[in-house]
Amino acid sequence: MNERVAIVGVGWGGFKPKTPDLSYKELMHEAAVRAYADAGVDPRKDVDSFVTVAEDFIEGTSIFDEYVPDQIGAALKSVHTITGDGLHGLATAYMLIRTGQFDIVAVEGHSKASNILTLNSITAYAQDPVLNRPLKLNTHFIAGMEMHRYLYESGTSLEQCAGVVVKNRQNALKNPLASYAADLTLTDILAGPSLAWPLGERETSKEVDGAVVMVLASGERALELSEKPVWILGVGWCNDSPSLESREWAGLPYIEEAAQMAYRQAGIRNPWNEIDFAEVDDTYAYKELQSLEALDLCGFGEAGALLAGGAFDPDGEFPVNASGGSLGIGHLLDGTGLMRTLEAALQLRGEAGAHQIEDVEIGLVQSWRGVPTTSGAVAVLSN
Amino acid sequence: MALRKVAVIGAGMTKFVRRALETPKELSWEAARMALESCELTMDDIQATCFGTAPDAFDGVHMNGEYCSDGSGGWGKPYMRSYVGGGTGVFVPIQGWYHIASGLFDVVLVVAEEKMSPYYPHPQAAFMTIFDHTTERPLKPNLLWIFALEMNRYMTTYGIDKKDIARVSVLHKRNAADHPCALLGDADITVEDVLKSETLAWPVQRLDVSPISDGAVALVLAAEHVARRLTDKPVWIEGVGWHLDTTYWTNRDLVYPRYVEYASRMAYDMAGIKEPRKEINIAEPYDPFDYKALHHLEGMQLADRGKAVELYINGTAARDGNMPVCPSGGLLGVGNPIAAAGLMKIADLFWQLRGEAGARQVPGQPKKGIAQAWGDLMQVGTVVIMGR
Repeated sequence: MNERVAIVGVGWGGFKPKTPDLSYKELMHEAAVRAYADAGVDPRKDVDSFVTVAEDFIEGTSIFDEYVPDQIGAALKSVHTITGDGLHGLATAYMLIRTGQFDIVAVEGHSKASNILTLNSITAYAQDPVLNRPLKLNTHFIAGMEMHRYLYESGTSLEQCAGVVVKNRQNALKNPLASYAADLTLTDILAGPSLAWPLGERETSKEVDGAVVMVLASGERALELSEKPVWILGVGWCNDSPSLESREWAGLPYIEEAAQMAYRQAGIRNPWNEIDFAEVDDTYAYKELQSLEALDLCGFGEAGALLAGGAFDPDGEFPVNASGGSLGIGHLLDGTGLMRTLEAALQLRGEAGAHQIEDVEIGLVQSWRGVPTTSGAVAVLSN
Repeated sequence: MALRKVAVIGAGMTKFVRRALETPKELSWEAARMALESCELTMDDIQATCFGTAPDAFDGVHMNGEYCSDGSGGWGKPYMRSYVGGGTGVFVPIQGWYHIASGLFDVVLVVAEEKMSPYYPHPQAAFMTIFDHTTERPLKPNLLWIFALEMNRYMTTYGIDKKDIARVSVLHKRNAADHPCALLGDADITVEDVLKSETLAWPVQRLDVSPISDGAVALVLAAEHVARRLTDKPVWIEGVGWHLDTTYWTNRDLVYPRYVEYASRMAYDMAGIKEPRKEINIAEPYDPFDYKALHHLEGMQLADRGKAVELYINGTAARDGNMPVCPSGGLLGVGNPIAAAGLMKIADLFWQLRGEAGARQVPGQPKKGIAQAWGDLMQVGTVVIMGR
């Protein structure tokens, strides 16, 4: 068994709302080439196994895992797909290495959202075909219902949710990978069109195309390969009920469980004090506040006030989404967890450039698979 | 630290047949409940769940893994769905294996489900969208056609007679007559029946092909210290392997599945098996078509290239032969609900190695078995070696 696992190489491609010049295979290839060069490994010789994350309906191809190996150097190698978020893929690579049978494993996640004409109709096909689909529930409508319940039970205000957008899109101004950087005010956000009240259109992240590849290695190999390995201290993932009728709407019990699992492995008892920064789910603005509470960084209903007080700003007590998050960078569908991990890894390597946070040692990453799922994952990373 | 040993301690499966009354999640739960009861555990004892199902197109549900999560025991637990097309059924136990071997979990539930019947008029149409959207889909290929290409290539290269390939279908369907969950068991089927059946795409005839069906299979996996406490008869997962070949199947020589060879070698290395033909007592190669069982036996190094058919001619493959092949009845006899069919092979090895396979029990107290599945664009091999 290998006890320790580290990220030794990261690579990305795309990160634009539209990439008509590149196919998803080319995006994946670009990210893979960068990651392997960063790690100093040859995928044909050195990488023992590959993990990709994808969903058929999003790709428009059944059995999409057929189409992954060639462009990431994985043909005729050990490859499998997880139909999960990039963080589920990261957790899988982490487990593979810990078995002791694999020393180096690559993980890939991507989005070619610009190829999808009717994303909302596709996500609506994830609803229960018997009980929910006949109701023709729009995906954003379900998010709006969740936001409403969250605001009602937690006492969080519309202004506090809008504050998440202001912060993240301002943070994105310093991130060259971000597509939705903007200097906006609370009024700009609140005056925007409503999508599914209380959810506003400007509080919803927009999709981008992009791919992220990461190379993970066992402790021993990581120290040989990298001067700045990013250690995975813990991973956790969990599901709540898939049915809309029997789930918790105000809180996120699956994120609570996933976080506790990751904290247990990492030996973290007081996340607010022991962790330096976080890259968390902000698919919708309210999700950032709801997630921070589920991650036990503050009590239920407290995140909004902390945000308004500047605690989550890049120079605040606990920087959150200093990269710009999904609201600032754009949403990479199931590649999102790896996008957040990429940002956290760059921070921990001191390579985040203009949005580098000073003196960081431990970072937290969390993601959610989107409406209508109750599926999320968490990772704790350290330099 | 040494490798953590992982055992299968319980298994359950539904009958493979058209299951119009159950939803996919209900089928999943039926198998999961049987697996839990077989080792006297409840969901409270399960720490994580691994789920397998092939394309979402069958169930017509986007993110089918999320949809099925409560039925397969994923509610309130770490839950992931793995996916390698038709190879998924033998991959889910590998996923369960690494969950436990990583040291993160001690008891894991593994479920594979497939419900093909909702696809109207025929689930073959779901496979139209597995092909490359630019280079292949305009040609309107069909799985039966591309496997006809492969079968023809295999027969022509080695000069194998169709009459001999039909023996595979006959043996498996006869074996399945002893399986209580089988869809197409037939104790009296003959080679003539196969050769007289309707031609679908030459040389593939109806009885060369496994039947579509609905079904689910589940296993309970446990780490060594737990397994030894819970059962006197743990069956160990001794080796696992998987390989995915290039997407461009048209650029490959279809006569030999290299990806199955590489996956098998990975599993043999891990299991410390040097001479598989002597050490393996039961083989469960993936047999959605009769020629595929032969193709795969060669990839698994259990027969020389072009010679696998001799195992059937000389009786080695029979249930009382030297190395029984698909004593379960295989996909050809039990049925082929894609992901569930692969896991059925693992469940059957579990029962065989524990001596609990009833009428289909292989004589001689077998010690080691191998199961294999195959999928994607004639592209992926997944292999598990089990021993007691």
